[in-house]
Amino acid sequence: MSAAATTIAHEVPPQAGPRAFLRRLRGGDEIAHLITLTFSALILLITSMLVYELWANSHLSRAKFGWMFFWTRVWDPNFDNFGAAPFIYGTLVTSAVALCLAVPLGLASAIFLSELAPRKVSDVISFLIDLLAAVPSVIYGLLGIFIVVPVMRTTIGPVLIHTLGNVPYIGALFHGPNYGVGFLTAGIVLAIMVVPFIISVSREVLLTVPREQREAALAMGATRWESTWKVVVPWARTGIMGSVFLALARALGETMAVTMVIGNAPTIAASLLSPGDTIASTIASQFTEATGDLYLSSLIELGLVLFLITFILNGLARILIVATGRGGGRPA
Amino acid sequence: MKKSLLVVSLALGLAAIAVAQNGTVLLNAAGATFPYPIYSKWFDVYHNEHPNIQINYQSIGSGGGIRQLQAGTVDFGASDGPMTDEQLSQSKFKILHFPTVLGAVVPTYNIAGVSGELNFTQKALAGIYLGTITKWNDPEIAKANAGAKLPNEDIVVVHRSDGSGTSYIWTDFLAKVSEDWKKKVGNAATSVNWPVGLGGKGNEGVTGLVKQTPNAIGYIELIYAVQNNIPYGKVQNAAGNFVKADLAGVTAAASADAKNIPEDFRVSITNAPGPKVYPISSFTWLLIPAQIQDAAKREAIKDFLKWMLVEGQNYNEGLTYAQLPKEVIARETKAISLIQ
Repeated sequence: MSAAATTIAHEVPPQAGPRAFLRRLRGGDEIAHLITLTFSALILLITSMLVYELWANSHLSRAKFGWMFFWTRVWDPNFDNFGAAPFIYGTLVTSAVALCLAVPLGLASAIFLSELAPRKVSDVISFLIDLLAAVPSVIYGLLGIFIVVPVMRTTIGPVLIHTLGNVPYIGALFHGPNYGVGFLTAGIVLAIMVVPFIISVSREVLLTVPREQREAALAMGATRWESTWKVVVPWARTGIMGSVFLALARALGETMAVTMVIGNAPTIAASLLSPGDTIASTIASQFTEATGDLYLSSLIELGLVLFLITFILNGLARILIVATGRGGGRPA
Repeated sequence: MKKSLLVVSLALGLAAIAVAQNGTVLLNAAGATFPYPIYSKWFDVYHNEHPNIQINYQSIGSGGGIRQLQAGTVDFGASDGPMTDEQLSQSKFKILHFPTVLGAVVPTYNIAGVSGELNFTQKALAGIYLGTITKWNDPEIAKANAGAKLPNEDIVVVHRSDGSGTSYIWTDFLAKVSEDWKKKVGNAATSVNWPVGLGGKGNEGVTGLVKQTPNAIGYIELIYAVQNNIPYGKVQNAAGNFVKADLAGVTAAASADAKNIPEDFRVSITNAPGPKVYPISSFTWLLIPAQIQDAAKREAIKDFLKWMLVEGQNYNEGLTYAQLPKEVIARETKAISLIQ
């Protein structure tokens, strides 16, 4: 946003004097410049204030635990000993599970809707999908409690333990007691939550790919699928990745739906069926009754850690987009 | 945080000024969620009887209530656990505790083939929650339940995931009856480092997990169990009897311990002596500053406290809260004069 603003500023001819300024004002350029600049500056300001508040209010915890906060596996409000490790682990695992399930599902649906389905059908379905994106997360949590958790406990969990659980290496992911709540259940509920984002944004991006691209591929003798998979999808790659990272951000920060189905036990376990906890769900659960100063400070530091994780993952996303941008597809 | 609190309090302050012009007294309070149903009933009825006094209560949790009171953003607070000595010494002004109602916490369970009420010894509950008793047919559970067919299955322990007064009462009891608990987990707290188990959010979350998971045990508020017809077990009290929680037993617990209640009312009544006492119960408190500058507010708060101790108590049982025992009411009435 600010890059665009600077470009406009450079295009303005270097004329001085109030008359020139008025002329530019009439043209609307100057006003647009000011408004967009102010708003983009506001976003920067809000973000930096947020980080500052998190940083300042977590000083007690930072001073006491230092870097150990990241490695400590204990969260004990009674003895004032706090560590973020189980929550960081839970946040990363549930989000990873969610993306592993949601990306293939979302991308396939988006391809179907934009490339294969008749336009009318596609429009009706995407309208419904946009509605799904607006459903509050507590509804997804209830869906999780009443449908996903029982099915996980009675059907999916035992099946996984008896099939994949016996496979070497992967087996460790599916063993141990199966309560129905845990990392996998939370990941599934998150996947259901974020899939509409991926479908909706990816479909829009795929629809913007010029028809000439498809026609050229078909003219070269490509099948419909080859044209879609080798030409259209790579062209829209940046936008699709954008949708995936939007979904990831929502999964990382989700509180309600996760806390209802994850089991809320701060454990680090290889098994996806084990109960766990995430950063966002812990903050939401414990913030109101946190009485001790160090306790509250540690919860705020958890918020800071979540911000850091989001920041790092977003950074990696940017690098990934730039790195894959060199291998053909849409010219940058 | 502090800045945002300041902004909020400023906004509330402006609102208060706007109302005060009409000669109404607007009191802001915040804190415990457990007594929220009875508090909102009281504040509503009291406002109808005294139209010039309006009390606005935010049930943001005991921790938040204590914090906002210390920051001076509310006129009084409310908490499910008494403030610690450390918290009191950190406050810039003196804070008084006034017990309002009593609540109790009960064990609930879901075991295939067991329909009757189970008896829980104190050792059994502590062992289950410490993770040292892992099977339902453990001798410690079986010896108190001669007739029940207890299965040889793993116990699934369920606790609260959110910080809560319910957990405070539960852990207060466990810490009193088990040295191991006190050593490993510590004293009563709204959230602790649970040695075992799954966490459910709120009474409804714990109930949901217990109902859905075979061989699970959890703890919930008595009110919640009664209102939703959830079966619960009997607990062994200090006299050795197995008592099923009801409102009379909870008031009995407070009454039995009335002599031991200190001047400032900061007391735990779990595991109180007496044959009929239900052992897992507790007061919940209003936190009132000892000095209130604004005369109108001071008189309003004092008047409300007097009303709460007499008329207010009549509303308790309708909402399944236990009444305060007479001895405590008499002592609190005297303590109101400490507010200046």
